[in-house]
Amino acid sequence: MNRTKALPPQSPAMKKVRAVLMRYASAIFFIALVGIWELVCRIGEVPNYILPSPSSIFHAFFDVEFSRWLTHLWATLRVALLGFGLSIVIAIPLAIAMVRSELMTRVIYPALVVVQATPVVAVAPLIIVLMGTGDVSRVLITCMITFFPLVVSTTTGMLETPEELVELSQSLRAPRYRETWQIRIPYAIPHIFSGLKVSITLAIIGAVVAEFVAAEQGLGYFIQFSTSFFKIPQAFAGLIFLAVISLLLFKSVTWIQTWLFPWSLPKKK
Amino acid sequence: MTQAADRAFVRMEGVGHCYNPEGGPMAVQQIDLEIHRHEFVAVVGPSGCGKSTLLRMVSGLLIPSAGNVSVFDKPVTEPRDDVGIVFQKPTLLPWLSVRKNVLFPLKHKYGRYSAKDEKRADELLDMAGLAQFADRMPDELSGGMQQRAGIVRALLLNPDILLMDEPFSALDAMTREQMGFDLLKIWSDNPKTVLFITHSISEAVLLADRVLVMSQRPGTVLDLIDVDIPRPRTEQTIQTPEFAELTARIRKHIYEPH
Ligand SMILES: Nc1ncnc2c1ncn2[C@@H]1O[C@H](COP(=O)(O)OP(=O)(O)O)[C@@H](O)[C@H]1O
Ligand SMILES: [Mg+2]
Repeated sequence: MNRTKALPPQSPAMKKVRAVLMRYASAIFFIALVGIWELVCRIGEVPNYILPSPSSIFHAFFDVEFSRWLTHLWATLRVALLGFGLSIVIAIPLAIAMVRSELMTRVIYPALVVVQATPVVAVAPLIIVLMGTGDVSRVLITCMITFFPLVVSTTTGMLETPEELVELSQSLRAPRYRETWQIRIPYAIPHIFSGLKVSITLAIIGAVVAEFVAAEQGLGYFIQFSTSFFKIPQAFAGLIFLAVISLLLFKSVTWIQTWLFPWSLPKKK
Repeated sequence: MTQAADRAFVRMEGVGHCYNPEGGPMAVQQIDLEIHRHEFVAVVGPSGCGKSTLLRMVSGLLIPSAGNVSVFDKPVTEPRDDVGIVFQKPTLLPWLSVRKNVLFPLKHKYGRYSAKDEKRADELLDMAGLAQFADRMPDELSGGMQQRAGIVRALLLNPDILLMDEPFSALDAMTREQMGFDLLKIWSDNPKTVLFITHSISEAVLLADRVLVMSQRPGTVLDLIDVDIPRPRTEQTIQTPEFAELTARIRKHIYEPH
């Protein structure tokens, strides 16, 4: 053995161990964290209503009937997705209008900023008063939270279209709407999807905020209601469920992008 | 101007442009140039001297603030169908295959293309040595191949005039030289009137029938040189004394103050 001290041992077995560690690093970290949490709760005898242990959360999850979970999930998902969809339908035409006309930018943009700067949480009760306690209000609240990032990302993407491509379009004397649809919008796709990823997680937040204000169903309502009855493990179970759904929605946006627009993904080397 | 074939395809008379509508320094001024049928004219000049401005005025994308530009004896007021443009960067659309990129001008202008157009696109791609890349995406091609696809795209509508704005400047030196020869081959197979912008003196002399030398900003004509080197031009051309003499003449203009 004439290996210098400074070099770490690099036997094939060690390399393999390192590779496995690297690969599962986040899973291992996560499991360790949950383990420590469980230990702290058990050893410290932390009461359930302060910090429930992972095992009690796990039990609480299964104590609630599956059909009840589904009802709450559906209520939240419905509002989140409708609000998200509505904000796509509003944001993209707004962005196109702003890119195509400076007048529109001058008219719309300040209004957008004002809406964005107003804390939606504070406006939510007013919207409920105005629009009633039905889905309409909740969808509207969700939409208010989600649409701004979409408008900004779509506008940015469309404006980043290389000048040469705009000139190519002009040199062909093509109709303006084709410049928008065949050049600017596709160019904005990567930006639009960044916006969609931000918006979809905001959509869940929007739906939950709306449920906090007025609802009889939904995961947000479930968490609030469980907390008020000091069913803290159950509230945690709802919270974790919500986080998982949010994560899955976020992932779905990436999957849709990969499926429909593979060319728009950042290049891996 | 007796023979139709001999009349100037592109004519510029006292052309100048100032980007600031309220006045101020000119980007280019006092350009006089006539380009004849199937002639290959190169424009060289330091960067920022107004070469792209000149090209955009011929294309109709920019209306000069002074003088007249006419194509086929008609003043240029808007882009024309018989003028094709090749840009500096290969501006292929990343979401379309190479074939669809080549067909894009038709799709963009008319909203559709026919099977016949597809056949023509394939023939052009074949001529440019890109036949087997027709179904690939642009990012799977090398820079040189992308630029060739850009040239093919400009040829699709079979323009009489081809405007090229530093088409090879993003390529490495070796690819660049090869692309020059490829372009000459494409040009001799499909004769066109070409306005070719470059900041490479040797590229200009190697490719062109005439070279317009421009001054620093505000760009104006320093010299208009006939390149009497026989075609076809090859790697050997670069070694001839005529080539050395012409490039030296241009260098003198560019490096010596006027
Ligand atoms: N759209 C524009 N607005 C204002 N000035 C411009 C614009 N385009 C070019 N210029 C100016 O005009 C001059 C000539 O530019 P350009 O024709 O692009 O030069 P070249 O192609 O020779 O590098 C430059 O000084 C440039 O800054
Ligand atoms: Mg230029």
